Amino acid sequence: MDSHHSYSQVKGVSTGTTILAVKFNGGVIIGSDSRASMGESYVSSKTINKLIQVHDRIFCCIAGSLADAQAVTKMAKFQLSFHSIQMESPPLVKAAASIMRELCYNNKEELQAGFITAGWDRKKGPQIYVVSLGGMLLSQPYTIGGSGSTYIYGYVDAKFKPDMSLEEATQFSTNALALAMGRDNVSGGVVHLVVITEAEVKHVVVPGNKLPKFHDE
Amino acid sequence: MDSFSQNPELTTSIMAVEFEGGVVIGADSRTTTGAYIANRVTDKLTPIHERIFCCRSGSAADTQAIADAVTYQLGFHSIELDEAPLVQTAASLFREMCYRYREELMAGIIVAGWDPRRGGQVYTVPVGGMMTRQPVSVGGSGSSYIYGYVDSNYRAGMSKEECLKFTAEALTLAMERDGSSGGVVRLAVVSEQGVERQVILGNQLPKFSTV
Repeated sequence: MDSHHSYSQVKGVSTGTTILAVKFNGGVIIGSDSRASMGESYVSSKTINKLIQVHDRIFCCIAGSLADAQAVTKMAKFQLSFHSIQMESPPLVKAAASIMRELCYNNKEELQAGFITAGWDRKKGPQIYVVSLGGMLLSQPYTIGGSGSTYIYGYVDAKFKPDMSLEEATQFSTNALALAMGRDNVSGGVVHLVVITEAEVKHVVVPGNKLPKFHDE
Repeated sequence: MDSFSQNPELTTSIMAVEFEGGVVIGADSRTTTGAYIANRVTDKLTPIHERIFCCRSGSAADTQAIADAVTYQLGFHSIELDEAPLVQTAASLFREMCYRYREELMAGIIVAGWDPRRGGQVYTVPVGGMMTRQPVSVGGSGSSYIYGYVDSNYRAGMSKEECLKFTAEALTLAMERDGSSGGVVRLAVVSEQGVERQVILGNQLPKFSTV
């Protein structure tokens, strides 16, 4: 079953990874594992942060080549802050996602990274956008990505409900990431969650020993 | 691209669960040759003996040939012993063949059934020819998508009805995400009382979409 090893074909450091974002009543949660791997058997970092803040209430998480992802997010952060100064107002989440999409689409031959952009803005509230490998932009109520996401499609499809509370959404995200980390050998470490609402941005870390355990553990 | 030049494949979602008193097994019903669905109502739950079944995934030809050979060997063995064969024996026969001919074969098989000595048992014999017993096992291309669901929803000590619901839901989720799985869900319960089979048609499958 080699079809889901596409990310590990990337040269250099790659984030074989699990990332997700989910909308709840009043905000979004964006989350990831914390493992960076080289090839399939060396863990180059156990505690990498894949949740990049591109503006006050807008975060991105990255899957694929770490180098490509860092380059794209750095450029997007710059362009977004410039745009925000020109407009004299906080940027829309869709604007951030569009900038990522332009970069990914115009450089699709060289780049090998996909993104989830999630955040809150005054116009549409909480939103999640997916920018895939070739530069497609899509808005979704919940989304998963990275090599570990294959294993949790069934789980998130079954468990997601629109308009969850913060506690339900946190449990949903933590469980989904823990399940993926349990089955995908290039995802692991700790669970990073960022909760974005109108009022604040909160970063939650769930260390390995506090992750939910399932029937065979 | 000539899609008929490829061999028929059971790109598939299969599953088996042990419960007190027997096993529940399930599969989707799609056989593909390339992009064409050669059979949309396939029966991948193959009887090997009166109370032993196998769920087949991989090459349709390979798994049919192996199942036929094991059915013959097990039938002969059972006559010699003059009693019902053990599920572990059936699984071992599958393993022998899948391991010995591992270079030529492409077969992922789940063996499940009931015998008087150990009750309901599930053994998995994936590609390569390993064999191991598990309380719940999933296989086929669609199985990748439901590992998380199965890990979080399985509990030891479920009843027969709970296992049937669990299997039907898991296979539905797999079929929804895997383009190579689909059609109907075939289920079977194998226990001391015998075999009960059922089919869940497409429009009767559990619904998960929030759209």
